[in-house]
Amino acid sequence: MHLLVQAVILGILIGGVYALMASGLTLVFGIMRVINVAQGAMVILGAYLSYTLFSSVGIDPLLSILLIAPVMFALGVGIHRVFIRALRAESGEEMSLLVTWATALAIEGVLSVTYTTNLRSTIPGYAQRSWIILGYRVAEVRVFGFVISVVILSALSLLLARTRFGRSVRATVQNPTSAKLLGVDADRVSALGFGIGISTAAAAGAVFGIIYPFNPGSHYDLISRLLSIVVLGGLGSLGGAVVAALLLGVGESVVAVMISPSWSSFVFFIVLIVILVFRPQGLFGVRERGAL
Amino acid sequence: MNRLSAAGLARGGVVMCALVAFPFVFSQHWVLNMAFFVLMYAGLAQAWNLLGGYSGYISLGHVAFFGLGAYSEAILFSHIGIGSRGFLPLLVLPAIGIAVALTSVPVAWVALRTRHMTFAIVTLTLLFVVQQLAFNLRGLTHGSQGVSVPSPTFSLYERPFYLALLAIFALATLVTWHVRRDRLGLMLFAIRDDEDKARGVGVRATEAKVFTFAVSVGMTAMIGAVWAYYIGYVYPQFAIDPLVMIGSLLPVFLGGAGTVWGPVLGAFILVPAQQWLAYRYGASELYLIAYAAVFLAIILLLPRGILPSIADMVARRRDGRTTPRLPVGSAREEIAS
Repeated sequence: MHLLVQAVILGILIGGVYALMASGLTLVFGIMRVINVAQGAMVILGAYLSYTLFSSVGIDPLLSILLIAPVMFALGVGIHRVFIRALRAESGEEMSLLVTWATALAIEGVLSVTYTTNLRSTIPGYAQRSWIILGYRVAEVRVFGFVISVVILSALSLLLARTRFGRSVRATVQNPTSAKLLGVDADRVSALGFGIGISTAAAAGAVFGIIYPFNPGSHYDLISRLLSIVVLGGLGSLGGAVVAALLLGVGESVVAVMISPSWSSFVFFIVLIVILVFRPQGLFGVRERGAL
Repeated sequence: MNRLSAAGLARGGVVMCALVAFPFVFSQHWVLNMAFFVLMYAGLAQAWNLLGGYSGYISLGHVAFFGLGAYSEAILFSHIGIGSRGFLPLLVLPAIGIAVALTSVPVAWVALRTRHMTFAIVTLTLLFVVQQLAFNLRGLTHGSQGVSVPSPTFSLYERPFYLALLAIFALATLVTWHVRRDRLGLMLFAIRDDEDKARGVGVRATEAKVFTFAVSVGMTAMIGAVWAYYIGYVYPQFAIDPLVMIGSLLPVFLGGAGTVWGPVLGAFILVPAQQWLAYRYGASELYLIAYAAVFLAIILLLPRGILPSIADMVARRRDGRTTPRLPVGSAREEIAS
């Protein structure tokens, strides 16, 4: 029982970080019907950037998010300008999968050339420390990571709920044609949305790099999890992604502790299959278009 | 129609004769090795095209079945002998193909309940599931240590493998060619254009999709089996490799999805280029970057593929400037029939 509770605590903490990674994925899908297969690679890129800032300049990896996120935002807008926008005309959604996959490969390639394929981890002073709460051991860094994820996710949902930009995003998600008719600049919304999606990945990457060791190939592992999360939550649904991330984070962690870590990723796959058989639109999805 | 099909037959016959003659004309190992991979990717692309090109269902998980075929071959022949001359592993290929095709039916049924992006996601996940299983089911696959296949003592090592692949490739091309003239082809095109409408007019979409999926992955598995025997060992990360997946769908998009010869043309252009890149940059990871660049260039510059673009150009020239732009489907019909 003690083990189980411990596993659930760890699962919720990591689930929060997954939620941050998945939020960008589902947001981008909602706005422009693009599944960004490079989201995992963006997380790993974020992890490497924060690793470099920490090991060469000594900037705290969690604080480095403030530097990395804007840079990655710009990168996202750039990728949208060059690759994604070019696609929108005729070939449609499926091509975007291939383009983002190619982007993931390119990032993996660049990281492999720059950093080699050895496993790295970012190890700040508090990486090994943990608190004992009611007899349960809770690693400090996981709590920090969770808190940061919650803060960024809250900021994101405030942005979507309260600002003019957020309204145009929601309008585009609900009905792109009407949104355009009402004067929403679809191109601008897409570009900014893509940038935001990527910078959440990078922020999550800085946290990821402290919790787990990573190498340039780690993105495959991540993207398979993230895709399961967004399908479970319902493509395009931000709240759904958060709930799904927490559920799957807990499921993964419980299986890792109770059965074996090498089977833990199967939680994602099994849930995905069950969902597809019984509820193909996901937990919170709408059959046609996602709603935030 | 008849005249066109005779031309198609002649074209196919010439290509096939040239391909059969190839290993008897050239005998350098590096040439045959490259020819092996060209045919391998041409076959994979052709098999993928049957589902992806015709029905529009973009599968990112075919390589899972490639791996299944590879592991079936490797595990089978790590237990039983390969026969005195080593041909037995090539003779069981049809059995492996059929077995994998049948195994895939329930998977296909679940995966094909989803459409568009979700289907792509599900199949991509399938890739990771099978790879993870290959790592985890150590009793069967020896996990990351891999399984090795005894190697045969063919007089010219590459030739029998090449011919086996050629047979599968010919089968895949024949199936692709036949299906597009068949009722099944019409059903698949209807599904690609508008699945709900297709169902509305009585197309049995689920049966058509599942059947096509099974045939497509059965052929993919046979190619995987040949590959395993050729390479001699099977590891999870190489037998179920996302790069092989990309390698098998890139030729389709380069040549033209939904055409009979597009994927073949694509493979004949891309694989030598890829081998050259690997040879030039193989040691460093620059190879990956170069590959991604080629990938992006194709998708952005030639989103419809070579053959449909040429067909468009020809049609436009023939009919003068007054012709409106052809819809995508009709240009495709013309080039390959």
